[in-house]
Amino acid sequence: MLSIVEIDYGTPKSRSETMVALEIDGQRIEVPEGTSVMRAAAQAGISIPKLCATEMLEAFGSCRLCLVEIEGRKGYPASCTTPVSAGMKIATQTPKLAQIRRGVMELYISDHPLDCLTCPANGHCELQDMAGVVGLREVRYGYDGANHVYAKQKDGTANPLFAAKDESNPYFTFDPSKCIACSRCVRACDEIQGTFALTIQGRGFESKVSASQDNRFLESECVSCGACVQACPTATLSETSLIDKGQAEHSVVTTCAYCGVGCSFRAEMKGQDLVRMVPNKDGHANHGHSCVKGRFAMGYATHPDRITTPMVRSKISDPWRAVSWDEAIAHVASEFRRLQAAYGNHAIGGITSSRCTNEETYLVQKLVRAGFGNNNVDTCARVCHSPTGYGLKATLGESAGTQDFDSIASTDVVLVIGANPTDAHPVFGSQMKQRLRAGARLIVIDPRRIDLVRTPHIKADHHLRLRPGTNVALLNTLAHVIVTEDLVNETFVASRCETEAFAKWRAFVAQEKYSPEAMENVTGVPAASARAAARLYATGGNGAIYYGLGVTEHAQGSTAVMAIANLAMATGNIGREGVGVNPLRGQNNVQGSCDMGSFPHEFPGYRHVSDDAVRHSFEEAWGVPLLAEPGLRIPNMFEAALDGSFKGLYIEGEDIAQSDPDTQHVTAALTAMECIVVQDLFLNETAKFAHVFLPGSSFLEKDGTFTNAERRISRVRKVMEPKGGYADWEVTQLLAQAMGYPMNYTHTSQIMDEIARLTPTFHGVSFEKIDQLGSIQWPCNEEHPSGTPVMHVGEFVRGKGRFMLTEYVPTSEKVTAEHPLILTTGRILSQYNVGAQTRRTANVMWHDEDRLEIHPHDAEERGILEGDWVGIASRAGETVLRATLSERMQPGVVYTTFHFPGSGANVITTENSDWATNCPEYKVTAVQVTRVTQPSEWQRRHRAFTEAQEALLEQSVKPA
Amino acid sequence: MRIERLITMANDIATYFAVEPDHAAAVGGVRDHLKRFWDPVMRRQLKTYLAEGGEGLLPLAREAVTGLDAPPADAP
Repeated sequence: MLSIVEIDYGTPKSRSETMVALEIDGQRIEVPEGTSVMRAAAQAGISIPKLCATEMLEAFGSCRLCLVEIEGRKGYPASCTTPVSAGMKIATQTPKLAQIRRGVMELYISDHPLDCLTCPANGHCELQDMAGVVGLREVRYGYDGANHVYAKQKDGTANPLFAAKDESNPYFTFDPSKCIACSRCVRACDEIQGTFALTIQGRGFESKVSASQDNRFLESECVSCGACVQACPTATLSETSLIDKGQAEHSVVTTCAYCGVGCSFRAEMKGQDLVRMVPNKDGHANHGHSCVKGRFAMGYATHPDRITTPMVRSKISDPWRAVSWDEAIAHVASEFRRLQAAYGNHAIGGITSSRCTNEETYLVQKLVRAGFGNNNVDTCARVCHSPTGYGLKATLGESAGTQDFDSIASTDVVLVIGANPTDAHPVFGSQMKQRLRAGARLIVIDPRRIDLVRTPHIKADHHLRLRPGTNVALLNTLAHVIVTEDLVNETFVASRCETEAFAKWRAFVAQEKYSPEAMENVTGVPAASARAAARLYATGGNGAIYYGLGVTEHAQGSTAVMAIANLAMATGNIGREGVGVNPLRGQNNVQGSCDMGSFPHEFPGYRHVSDDAVRHSFEEAWGVPLLAEPGLRIPNMFEAALDGSFKGLYIEGEDIAQSDPDTQHVTAALTAMECIVVQDLFLNETAKFAHVFLPGSSFLEKDGTFTNAERRISRVRKVMEPKGGYADWEVTQLLAQAMGYPMNYTHTSQIMDEIARLTPTFHGVSFEKIDQLGSIQWPCNEEHPSGTPVMHVGEFVRGKGRFMLTEYVPTSEKVTAEHPLILTTGRILSQYNVGAQTRRTANVMWHDEDRLEIHPHDAEERGILEGDWVGIASRAGETVLRATLSERMQPGVVYTTFHFPGSGANVITTENSDWATNCPEYKVTAVQVTRVTQPSEWQRRHRAFTEAQEALLEQSVKPA
Repeated sequence: MRIERLITMANDIATYFAVEPDHAAAVGGVRDHLKRFWDPVMRRQLKTYLAEGGEGLLPLAREAVTGLDAPPADAP
């Protein structure tokens, strides 16, 4: 069922700029060339009956309801498949058309149950609407004959055409008895999602929708994106929540709080109760598509595990004491001031969240800089995309991706490195697949055979299956080929880039040691493949690079980002549609949290704290002197905690005890501190080490903005009251006030106004403007009043682009006899980051444990069979998971996800980090894998600790 | 903080800049990086360590830290 508020124009919008004039029902209409007659009519307010058409899909012409008469043409063409032409005269309502449509509807209804009053789609069913529109008054055929409606035939025997409901998917129900075989679900799966899980099986009257090989939905290839559910014109595919709750009465546009794609959704509500999330057709990042997380995995927001009362305790071995907000805030303020008095101003700090809004992260860094009086603020982007900030700033001049997602429509060669879009950024992954199916070429650089390498109707031209940790070596070989085979875009480089830096770089990458042949033994990539890929990227037309944490989370993360920017500059693939350098951000507001000054060395807008003019502008606005020296990064905070100089930490919406590397080091640091304040939805892993718990609010409970991977600022709108009483920004404000630093915002729009005033790239941003435009891509200011989809047009933000030298330095994390395999980590479609949200939804039906993926050869050598328990040991620690044998892995490399705390994936990862930003080297850990029979010692301790902490929580809820 | 960790981090930075053919630019690069991204406490600790001998620091790191201004007295 479509959204309750959207209008469906029947066929996709034409992008043509040539206009065509025609006449429909006597009305003169002008529309872009390529528009269908159906859409032209709809745009003029004329509704032509339809069933198989929806503007989300290409015209199909099967339902025969949308027939029209066109002057001078024979017959009754379908308006959905007929494009407009100049001077056309069309009649949409004639006696003959009425007769045909009624006849068609009579046939449809003769094989459809008449249970409208008890049907979930009642009132929003397109079939029901069409029956009304065509004036259907009788169905002459009866139900005695062959039908799909009744389980039994008239004689009491089983009806062979009938199929029972498929309720295997936790989020939607498939009721074949209501199906009209319009193929909208099948087409949505093919055209939009690109999974091709559905098909119409059989012919004629036996045609039926089938998932994979007549499987149940859950067991099929279906990825539960829900595109089919949204496309269904009847209740054949309905959200289970819609079936349970009934239809929504109002709808609010908001932004998804999962990954960095930042999909726009309509939260369809009954009062304060969420009925369903429907992706917004007008959403600029997602154009009406979504994934299993954003559309369906919302149960966490109202999960009984939510903690909605502030809690305090003096030691982590004490039971929690539920207290009032006043008491909790006063306690934190007095503890933080006590620690500063005893150990120095520097002894406390804060961590902002990439899951919170821009306004919330801005307030936390403001609290730290102005209220705490130091610069000890950092964000979880430290452990994911901090190298992007460093690398792109150094080369291009701005710490952000260069394009909008739609830019890919003009891309000829897609280069994906260290990213797995179909799992981690599924909605953009689908958009990428659409472009690839339409003919763009594909280069994948990844140690694993990710799905994109071979997926229906897509095959990568080159999969450069490199060894983990050799990104820079491989990128240098690509640069070597470009430079030595004269593939440099000399005109672009000469006019747009620093001459001297380029000359230095050209000589550097031209060295024989960076030839693909010389590097083959290092990267493991056959020289011929590297050469062919480099040639394709340099000469195949518009080349666009998409990368993720497989690039950044390395000892040379920042170097690899710069190497990528170098490649784009050298080939002139920057500064226009279809090209660019595109970091795919992990969490919803990674870009925003970085923009908002969450790093210890930068004010909002990526301006260094030592810049006097900038600092003075903040001092003036905030009314206090500010430090000109950088503060502690997250890993520095841990070190400082362990040496006794750092004692208190305010953590908003992050779970460092699970997400950060070398867990045992992190928990030792947490244990060494005196006042840890966790503000979150749940008692997460970090909260188990906390002294104060402040209830956080979900994205459904507050107003604000998120900024996605395209620099797109979108509104988050409150649809229900905060369960704990306050939105997160209000809690930060209360804490500031209690610490004697005044903050008096009454609405988050005032916070954005302050950000806009103080940040040149945000000067033009306001809630009002976002409401007006739908979303805005920064920079948005006097120069770019409506925002900036593509950056660096004509000139780089830093003026001239700067080539940086990118020497390959092998990581110190090397395989040895003791640790002969390389572990790399990543995520999976159905789960999100530390899993705090998705583990509390039915998404666990797809992934209920983290497993170790290992190549069959490595498994055989160790006597490991599918499903065996295996110990994974590194120099940092050891954990135990079950093994899955997979040829997606290359021999010598193992892989796991980190969505479950008990998996202890980060017990194994080490303290190694990126040279420039200290982003951890999650992607390369030397390990040994052996068959075992019991959990690791860490896991046993973790389980005991968790049980003890849960008991302490239980005691607080039920005081004696 | 653990000095071993600071040494590793400083050496990692020096290793990146070591490729720079202009030696002065390489030293400046390391020094500027430390100044822009390292908390004053860490800079001060590394300077002290170097004054005490600085064992384990790569030559480029040593050179950069030698010329590194002491953080201002009012800094943490």
